[in-house]
Amino acid sequence: MELNSRIPDGPIEKKWDNHKFDLKLVNPANKRKYKVLVVGSGLAGGAAAASLAELGYEVECFCYQDSPRRAHSIAAQGGINAAKNYHNDGDSVRRLFYDTVKGGDFRAREANVHRLAEVSNNIIDQCVGQGVPFAREYGGLLDNRSFGGAQVSRTFYARGQTGQQLLLGAYQALQRQVGLGTVKMFARHEMHELIVVDGVAKGIVTRDMVTGEIKSHLADAVCLATGGYGNTMYLATYAKGCNGTAIWRAHKKGAAFANPCFTQIHPTCIPVTGDHQSKLTLMSESLRNDGRIWVPKKKEDCGKPASQIPEDDRDYYLERKYPSYGNLAPRDIASRAAKQVCDDGRGIGETGLGVYLDFDAAIKRLGANKIEEKYGNLFEMYERITDENPYKTPMRIFPATHYTMGGLWVDYNLMSTIPGLFVLGEANFSDHGANRLGASALMQGLADGYFVIPYTIGGYLAGIKPGSRIKAEDPAVKAAEQYVSDRVAKLFAINGKETPTHFHRELGKVMWEFCGMGRNEAGLKKALQLIPQIREEFWKNLRIPGSGADVNQSLELAGRVADFLEIGELMCLDALERRESCGGHFREEWQTEEGEALRDDENFCHVAAWEHKGEGQTPVRHVEPLSFENVHLATRSYK
Amino acid sequence: MAKHFNLTLHVWRQKNAKCDGKFVEYPAENISPDMSFLEMLDVVNEGLIRKGEEPIAFDHDCREGICGTCGMVVNGRPHGPKERTTTCQLHMRSFKDGDNITLEPWRAEAFPVLKDLMVDRGAFDRIIAAGGFISAPTGSPQDANALPIPKENADLAMDAAACIGCAACVAACPNASAMLFVSAKISQLALLPQGQPERYLRVRDMIAQMDAEEFGTCTNHGECETACPKGIKMENIARMNRDFIKASLTYRPATIGGGAG
Ligand SMILES: Cc1cc2nc3c(=O)[nH]c(=O)nc-3n(C[C@H](O)[C@H](O)[C@H](O)COP(=O)(O)OP(=O)(O)OC[C@H]3O[C@@H](n4cnc5c(N)ncnc54)[C@H](O)[C@@H]3O)c2cc1C
Ligand code: SF4
Ligand code: FES
Repeated sequence: MELNSRIPDGPIEKKWDNHKFDLKLVNPANKRKYKVLVVGSGLAGGAAAASLAELGYEVECFCYQDSPRRAHSIAAQGGINAAKNYHNDGDSVRRLFYDTVKGGDFRAREANVHRLAEVSNNIIDQCVGQGVPFAREYGGLLDNRSFGGAQVSRTFYARGQTGQQLLLGAYQALQRQVGLGTVKMFARHEMHELIVVDGVAKGIVTRDMVTGEIKSHLADAVCLATGGYGNTMYLATYAKGCNGTAIWRAHKKGAAFANPCFTQIHPTCIPVTGDHQSKLTLMSESLRNDGRIWVPKKKEDCGKPASQIPEDDRDYYLERKYPSYGNLAPRDIASRAAKQVCDDGRGIGETGLGVYLDFDAAIKRLGANKIEEKYGNLFEMYERITDENPYKTPMRIFPATHYTMGGLWVDYNLMSTIPGLFVLGEANFSDHGANRLGASALMQGLADGYFVIPYTIGGYLAGIKPGSRIKAEDPAVKAAEQYVSDRVAKLFAINGKETPTHFHRELGKVMWEFCGMGRNEAGLKKALQLIPQIREEFWKNLRIPGSGADVNQSLELAGRVADFLEIGELMCLDALERRESCGGHFREEWQTEEGEALRDDENFCHVAAWEHKGEGQTPVRHVEPLSFENVHLATRSYK
Repeated sequence: MAKHFNLTLHVWRQKNAKCDGKFVEYPAENISPDMSFLEMLDVVNEGLIRKGEEPIAFDHDCREGICGTCGMVVNGRPHGPKERTTTCQLHMRSFKDGDNITLEPWRAEAFPVLKDLMVDRGAFDRIIAAGGFISAPTGSPQDANALPIPKENADLAMDAAACIGCAACVAACPNASAMLFVSAKISQLALLPQGQPERYLRVRDMIAQMDAEEFGTCTNHGECETACPKGIKMENIARMNRDFIKASLTYRPATIGGGAG
């Protein structure tokens, strides 16, 4: 397998400009002769589908929800980064680039990150043009706040609903195209297979989640923008339907899977309350602008109400350990620090797995009104879930799985190792290295969808003959359809005793314990034994009532869990083979005396891209070396 | 640990859009007050699957009150008893041991039931496609700060933009009117300078589509506002109506003509 990143030559500031000029163009009259499938209607997919249709391509877009407006991007709360420097505080494209490379612990491609920083400003312009109601100051200009891993204020936001507002902007642009007849939208359609002919992506097979119909869609190029695979861990901040199915099928058809073990555990989520727990709820990182994180200094104090613990007996551990970034230390670092104090027996709450996020000082300084204006909806959400009032008692929080930096390997054009298959947004691996900074996933999703794919896909399509699409009768199409219907039949045929959720929960426990915030060789090897056992049990003892011929949510879930049971294994394998600590990947064997991640640049300054070798075969690990010419490799310090 | 309790559910079961439905009774046992309402249904459904019965179908995704996917009528109230709370954010501490809970899908001509508590809200997407946008093709807008917008207007636009498209307003309305949903989008865009060029075209096209989808008319019951989990206000309907009148008075069919040369 060849991993050609196709990074353009030239100085980093010029690469994207030069490349745009070098890319071949498709003649306007020819555009409508090309058909592009966009799987996913989140920020990446929604933006791509709308923009490609505006250019004149024939587009079909798919999502599993009942409406494209409900893609998981809707749940993003905090904000989106851009290097506008509207606040004159020293921001620039260069600084955003630098912060993101460093934040990713030097495991991302410089050229991609620089492009991301360059287009960040266009994104804000685009969204404002669409009517996204970003927060403003009294003078009518846009407001900003700070996020972790940055010392400038570059995060644009719309109350605590930034993702919702950005997605509605993209959704409206998409619906405009639907109204014009240039995009055909397939909601409640789940992609189950990629059609590959002579090594080139030519279409997909979907299941209509209402009628059960299994159908192929043929095109000149396919874009996957299906989000992250973090639900492999079962409990996560993802929406319940988020899945790895689309990228996993593509992987099995030849797309390399890069850095699968790079997952982000977000430091501030509402703690688990019991076995019934079905998901975890994030409390936005923006809260760390004003909230202070602490635990009691003494173990004996952990059972007491927060109000009875005097100031001197509190350990504001982030402020203590990282004085220059304090509560705004990056996520991987803040999560690990929370785990350390809890491992130390100083966690709070019934389970001892929690730390305080305290607004008392901010309320005294700014007034409850100001805090309400900034975070009102988050405070309300917290109270609804926990029945506690965060204006009066500090929030209790704990880390939870939140994002996957890994994903399908793509080159600079966002094309996977399968020609014609492009991967956008969280589904690809490209920009965040081993740790994503807050407010940069929204930026990346929209960058990919609005400003990268419209150019790079043209370069690909210009090289293929218009109207050369394969026919529905092609044996590859029939085989793909057959594969999907056989798999549905196989799931029904098991007819065992246990629910899909049962297996998902079991997998989640293994993943969290052995491939979560701390990983080590023995644990990962154990997980690699346990996961195949769960998978075997799944294929022996699963039960799905009903039929495949109408709505069947158990069937949908079972299909996704079957894939998670394979993805989880690859995550553990990748974590085992990456014998260093970097970003969110913390191998306990590689840490400094102070417990910080210890990178091994000599042996691991690369992307690990896995190639599927067939059922039951061990996948092969390929390597794309990374070079840092503009940001010098250095130990990340936030002290 | 808080005390667990038992409930009885009366759930609307309907195989698909073509079949008739009926209420079926299910016990919900050993429910923790910390569970969300949907987690309570998960527990019931796990039990049904183990018995080989089909679980109760209901739409849900984010379980955080933001995606607008969930929604059912709980004891006669869309999204249940708690104000400004979606079904997924409702918690079992709002109920007590021995309660009977009736669960029904949104009921409206425009929303066919797909299965059990799941309906087809595609009509909302079609209304947005008819005009619920600002035409700003990718790459065309100017610098974001070139156009200052008074904070007050930006805040009002954000209030209206908070709509999650759940359709509880339609379910609550005795006429199954979609005015609250439609007016929220119209208000958001009408309050912003970027929304001005298409302002009257938008209101006309969206209302035409709304009528075509067989939603009822608004007779000012105000049930929508009470049911709305996001606090969308009826003043948006007043704003939409004013714009609609103006749009009707000033309507002129678009001139069609080619440019010279
Ligand atoms: C609670 C929360 C808060 C966050 N807050 C922030 C923040 O403040 N700032 C920030 O930058 N990032 C934030 N993030 C991360 C960010 O929201 C996501 O990474 C980003 O929105 C992903 O966008 P996407 O377009 O790649 O995928 P998604 O929005 O997940 O969209 C995936 C799409 O693919 C479709 N799909 C998936 N599988 C299939 C299939 N098999 N067949 C058909 N369709 C399929 C879905 O229907 C959906 O339309 C947050 C994430 C969470 C969970
Ligand atoms: S107006 Fe309120 S009730 Fe109606 S769709 Fe929007 S959020 Fe739901
Ligand atoms: S499931 Fe998303 S709003 Fe309830």
